[in-house]
Amino acid sequence: MGELAVDKHVQYIVSIDKKKDSFESVVMDHLRMNGAYWGLTTLDLLGKLDSINAGEVVSWTMECQHESGGFSGNIGHDPHILYTLSAVQVLALFNKLDVLDIDKVATYIAGLQNEEGSFSGDMWGEVDTRFSYIAICCLSILRCLDKINVEKAVGYILSCKNLDGGFGCTPGGESHAGQIFCCVGALAITGSLHHVDKDLLGWWLCERQVKSGGLNGRPEKLPDVCYSWWVLSSLIMIDRVHWIDKEKLVKFILDCQDLENGGISDRPDDAVDVFHTYFGVAGLSLLEYPGLKAVDPAYALPVDVINRIFFGR
Amino acid sequence: MDYFRAIYKADERSPRALRLTRRAIHLNPGNYTVWHFRRLVLEALNTDLDEELDFIQRIANSNSKNYQLWHHRRWVIERLGSNARAKELHLIKSILSLDVKNYHAWSHRQWVLQALGGWEDELDYCQQLLEQDIFNNSAWNQRYFVVTRSPFLGGLIAVRASEVRYSVEAIVANPNNECPWRYLRGLYKDDIESLVNDREISSVCLKPSQEFRDAVVALWTSDTHPLDADLATAICDILEHVDSLRASYWIWRKNKLPIAA
Repeated sequence: MGELAVDKHVQYIVSIDKKKDSFESVVMDHLRMNGAYWGLTTLDLLGKLDSINAGEVVSWTMECQHESGGFSGNIGHDPHILYTLSAVQVLALFNKLDVLDIDKVATYIAGLQNEEGSFSGDMWGEVDTRFSYIAICCLSILRCLDKINVEKAVGYILSCKNLDGGFGCTPGGESHAGQIFCCVGALAITGSLHHVDKDLLGWWLCERQVKSGGLNGRPEKLPDVCYSWWVLSSLIMIDRVHWIDKEKLVKFILDCQDLENGGISDRPDDAVDVFHTYFGVAGLSLLEYPGLKAVDPAYALPVDVINRIFFGR
Repeated sequence: MDYFRAIYKADERSPRALRLTRRAIHLNPGNYTVWHFRRLVLEALNTDLDEELDFIQRIANSNSKNYQLWHHRRWVIERLGSNARAKELHLIKSILSLDVKNYHAWSHRQWVLQALGGWEDELDYCQQLLEQDIFNNSAWNQRYFVVTRSPFLGGLIAVRASEVRYSVEAIVANPNNECPWRYLRGLYKDDIESLVNDREISSVCLKPSQEFRDAVVALWTSDTHPLDADLATAICDILEHVDSLRASYWIWRKNKLPIAA
């Protein structure tokens, strides 16, 4: 089996941060906050968060906050729930949640909850269970879940449960591993996992593993490293991870590395990006690959960061 | 992009601003702030929204998995109302003809049906897709969506018998197709007892023929251990080896089997 090229991946991530004029950077400009979360969490899992200047990141993050309390993907962009979670997660990594006016952020998120319990992404009203997860995860980290109607939020998520035990983006939407992660994660955080048919969902999830050892996101689709996170963390949250072949998955992820330039791609020999680099490393952490920090499957942050939030002071 | 930033900061809602957002979107359709601003400008100018649909469609041709694009389309359709329905359902069909599992397209289609109607031909559409590829999970999912929610079919109970027949036919044709197996469970909404007692299902799926038994036995390759007399146990033993990725699942599944009488 190959090995995880830690130093190469660290170099890759640090270089993206620096190369603000590269094509990749320009195209990703509007979601830089997500990119920061993916890159920085990866560095922390690799034990190299100190490769980045914390002060610069924290100031830039706060410059992305708007009057409404929400955060945008970058300076000069509009606020959205997606970037609000990433901003809070980035601050949590650096143990800087205290720079936040927590009430302001919580009010922004609570304001996005709809009548039937769902969440919109922003003032334009797109509804998706991704946003339910984001709201619940973010408010839980900020320790003010009571700002929203949790019962209705859970009710809405359950209305998106399908006959195969999985979850979609809206009621009736096809089960999809990414949406399943969001729904299971939200249910885990709110203590509502008893609503999940773990055997039924576990079976659907473990069927995502294909011959190469990789995981796909839906029946009959190609494997992709990002599903190593979404499927795997879901299996762990419902206690069914032993139903897949972990060793083969480790090998698949390692095969997706660019050993020369660093970074991880969606499948072997494709171009790398920071998104797949994060999910590959986080997946390896869930699989207990040696030398990595443990990652929390529901919050998608290092376990020591979560412990610091809930038990440290 | 600097032009865009200047106009955005000045909050200029002019035809020039509209043109600029168009260019910015062509350059980077993922830039959600540009889409937001475009909506503000469209509202201020009271622009022809049918033209806007054409614009979005051109962008969709090379960006069919872009969240912002689909959401923007929804915003436009909401303003056009049910007149836009037929054209919309047609567009989604053409996107699905290129990528029949496009999650965004299916999500949008479900939204259109619920917001604007058009259910009448949807079951036929699912039928067509399944004729092309009976393994298409998205089409099976849509079929379930239609039979449970269409105001024209009378509800799940009314269609259950014909849907059971359809699923059983699909199973017989391709027993390795996971979709119709799951669909059956859905038709009985997890009332397993009723499912098992449905004669149409049990006669085909639950009474293994001798041919089936012989096929199972042929898969067993061990010389040292005899195959278990109970068929279900035997199958779990075989799958533990043949589907080794999921060996732990099959061991668990075997332990869950009721003790053979």
